[in-house]
Amino acid sequence: MSITVKNLRVSFDTPHGAVEAVRGVSFTIGREKVGIVGESGSGKSLTARSILQLLPSRARMTADELSFDGIDILATRERAMRRIRGKRAGLILQDPKHSLNPVMTAGAQIAESWRAHRGGSRRAAMEAAENLLEQVQIREPGRVARAYPHELSGGMGQRVMIAMMLAPDPEFLIADEPTSALDATVQAEIMRLIDQIASERGMGLLLISHDLPLVSHFCDRVLVMYAGRVVEELRAGELGQARHGYTRGLLSCLPSLTHPTARLNVMQREASWLA
Amino acid sequence: MAGVMVDVQDLRVHFGSVEAVRGVSFEVARGSAFGLVGESGSGKSSVLRALAGLNSDWSGTMRVDGADLTPRRERAFFRRLQMVFQDPYASLHPRQTIDRILSEPLIVHGFDEIDRRIARALDEVSLPAGMRFRYPHQLSGGQRQRVAIARALISEPEVLLLDEPTSALDVSVQAEVLNLLADLREARGLTYLMVGHNLAVVTHLCQSLAVMVNGEIVETVSSDDLRAGRVQSPHTAALRDLSLDLAEAHGEPAGAEPTFGAGPGEIARRAL
Amino acid sequence: MTHAAPLQDAPEGRRAWLLSQTPQSRRQAAWGNAYRRWLQFRANTLAMIGLVTVLALILAALFAPLLATHDPSAINLENRLQPPSAANWLGTDDLGRDLYSRVLHGTQVTLGMVVAVVVLVAPIGLAVGVFAGFVGGWVDTLLMRVTDVFMAFPKLVLALAFVAALQPGITSAVIAIALTAWPPLARLARAETLTIRESDFINAVRLTGAGRLRIILRHVAPLCLPSMIVRVALDISGIILTAAGLGFLGMGAQPPMPEWGTMIASTSGFILSQWWVPTIPGVAILLASLAFNLLGDGLRDVLDPKQE
Repeated sequence: MSITVKNLRVSFDTPHGAVEAVRGVSFTIGREKVGIVGESGSGKSLTARSILQLLPSRARMTADELSFDGIDILATRERAMRRIRGKRAGLILQDPKHSLNPVMTAGAQIAESWRAHRGGSRRAAMEAAENLLEQVQIREPGRVARAYPHELSGGMGQRVMIAMMLAPDPEFLIADEPTSALDATVQAEIMRLIDQIASERGMGLLLISHDLPLVSHFCDRVLVMYAGRVVEELRAGELGQARHGYTRGLLSCLPSLTHPTARLNVMQREASWLA
Repeated sequence: MAGVMVDVQDLRVHFGSVEAVRGVSFEVARGSAFGLVGESGSGKSSVLRALAGLNSDWSGTMRVDGADLTPRRERAFFRRLQMVFQDPYASLHPRQTIDRILSEPLIVHGFDEIDRRIARALDEVSLPAGMRFRYPHQLSGGQRQRVAIARALISEPEVLLLDEPTSALDVSVQAEVLNLLADLREARGLTYLMVGHNLAVVTHLCQSLAVMVNGEIVETVSSDDLRAGRVQSPHTAALRDLSLDLAEAHGEPAGAEPTFGAGPGEIARRAL
Repeated sequence: MTHAAPLQDAPEGRRAWLLSQTPQSRRQAAWGNAYRRWLQFRANTLAMIGLVTVLALILAALFAPLLATHDPSAINLENRLQPPSAANWLGTDDLGRDLYSRVLHGTQVTLGMVVAVVVLVAPIGLAVGVFAGFVGGWVDTLLMRVTDVFMAFPKLVLALAFVAALQPGITSAVIAIALTAWPPLARLARAETLTIRESDFINAVRLTGAGRLRIILRHVAPLCLPSMIVRVALDISGIILTAAGLGFLGMGAQPPMPEWGTMIASTSGFILSQWWVPTIPGVAILLASLAFNLLGDGLRDVLDPKQE
């Protein structure tokens, strides 16, 4: 299972002309955990969604190569994409309040995901749903299965999303800012859960985030994106040896508990980074 | 400066049928910054809302500059106390220009020289004058938060309530906004009450903080003590460990490099 | 107050002024915003068709006396039930009156009724809905139960009952239609207000110490306007149909007034022989309703604040 991206470009039409949001991004992902870090507007989310052809309709995508386990994504039609999405590659989004159906119980949604890809009776699906809820470390799976999304906390909602995504047993997972809407403690718990699940099942993981320390803590490799380009690629433990000005800027502007400063370092953006 | 600016004693706040805050007490000295740290559901935002007068279902005592607060607030109260909200995408009226948004508090309080005050407010938060007649959706998250800060300060309050002001921002923007808040506090002698869940961010801006769990304060500690690990409650210790855990992942911050625009001020290094 | 940069004569200059990312005044910002929306609207073909048709109808209504070829009430029994020809572009009806001129004058009647209803209904619906939604409590309950009462009746039935109680005629028809058209608008305004009421930007305005009336008028109501405008545009097609229905049942405009529904009613017997006589007013009703529908849809795409 490997994903290859070569020279990916995504652009949008605006009244002021075409704007390129992703400008020639290339990378490969195997059965490993890769993080893409960047600020809003860096193109990280669009890059991840391109892999599953989930771009907004106004977006135009080109690439020299974009393949999922040998399947050429660029040439794949929508119907074939549906066999990949969900079944082979799962997607977790940021805010469970927006990505869970508010009028279905959590258990029903997980069961639906199960049945869509694996078939089987409704009862079998509901049982599988509760089983999955246990796997995502929810202590009272029965109660949560019968609850509606608005009755669940942010962390629980995210666990439900993960369970839904796991139902078809995919090989690859894209997590788009899965913890940005959560508190610090819950963030860590959810990330540990994702990490554990990916390791146990031998899944590939693509983690999108703006939180560099969080990503480097849980990924093997980190790609840093700025203005639509990958400006640096690092192994997780090597952040201290980051060379590009943007990466170093990101690291240095964080407030630190142990090394307090009167003023935080502010990123000085160089025009050369846009080249 | 001596004197207690915000004094809260045994505050209980109800949010619907739930008791979100269950007997909370703390003091904020004039000109200082105090933090309230806790997870979602700990009640920290409810304390802020009760202080701001957005929630009138509370009991206990709340005093601002010695004066007791009642469930209904006078207009004069809002000249002394203002609030910056968490979500920059929701705290500005989507159909009003920045100019209109900033003029509203001035009009309500009957200020004069509105034009000049607006121009000055934008300047204080380092927003270019060209942004003045834009709509919120034409601004980035960081710019919107600056507008929110400008709006809060335009009526010249003495106390600023900050509800996770940087949670929704990128780290680079967060650094700028935190610096801005620190500068403003010093320049105007403001008193801050800040709510957050990120310990590093809260300790950066505040001299002392209280940790809230389930509607109660489990510990009140100074930032210095927290950094050094002199804490009593296991909750506080856990929060501190978590923060350190993540910080270790990227080793030491490259704060000593002069090429990154480090501003004036010392870089203090403390031994753990 | 800084003055707006002077409008340049060249179209590129004006366009640049409108699309500027740094407007210099509220006027420039508002115009720029409107222009952007217009560009968006213009890209929608169906919406443009709707707009052009509506504009054509308005022009027809305004200039009917000039555009008509004959006097709409001139009876000419020798020339009755003629098919379309060079003399009578759409033929003549059972009394020899020119159909084209009658349909044209009918535009005046129909659009006049539409305007009258909208002018009555929109402000009342908006005011009731926003007030009920913002204030809440027993005021909300009371106002909503009142709207429930009106909504319980099917439009045509209530209109019929009302008109039957008063004298049949255009005025009664307008009032009757207005009575059934305002409750959905009030409900819509209330629903929008309930969402808006809890947002942080309204809280921020509360924190200025502004009174409730100011908040409702200057901050909440303007946000309800876009959805109200869309709803009204879409409702207009329903108003046209109800007016035509009342006319058809003899309860609205009375003959010889050239209201489209009335025209169909009085000539429906000829549908199998001189089919164009009752059909042409029917087509006019269809076109008018469709045009407002398309316009409303297009407006919704452009005005929906969630798109921003």
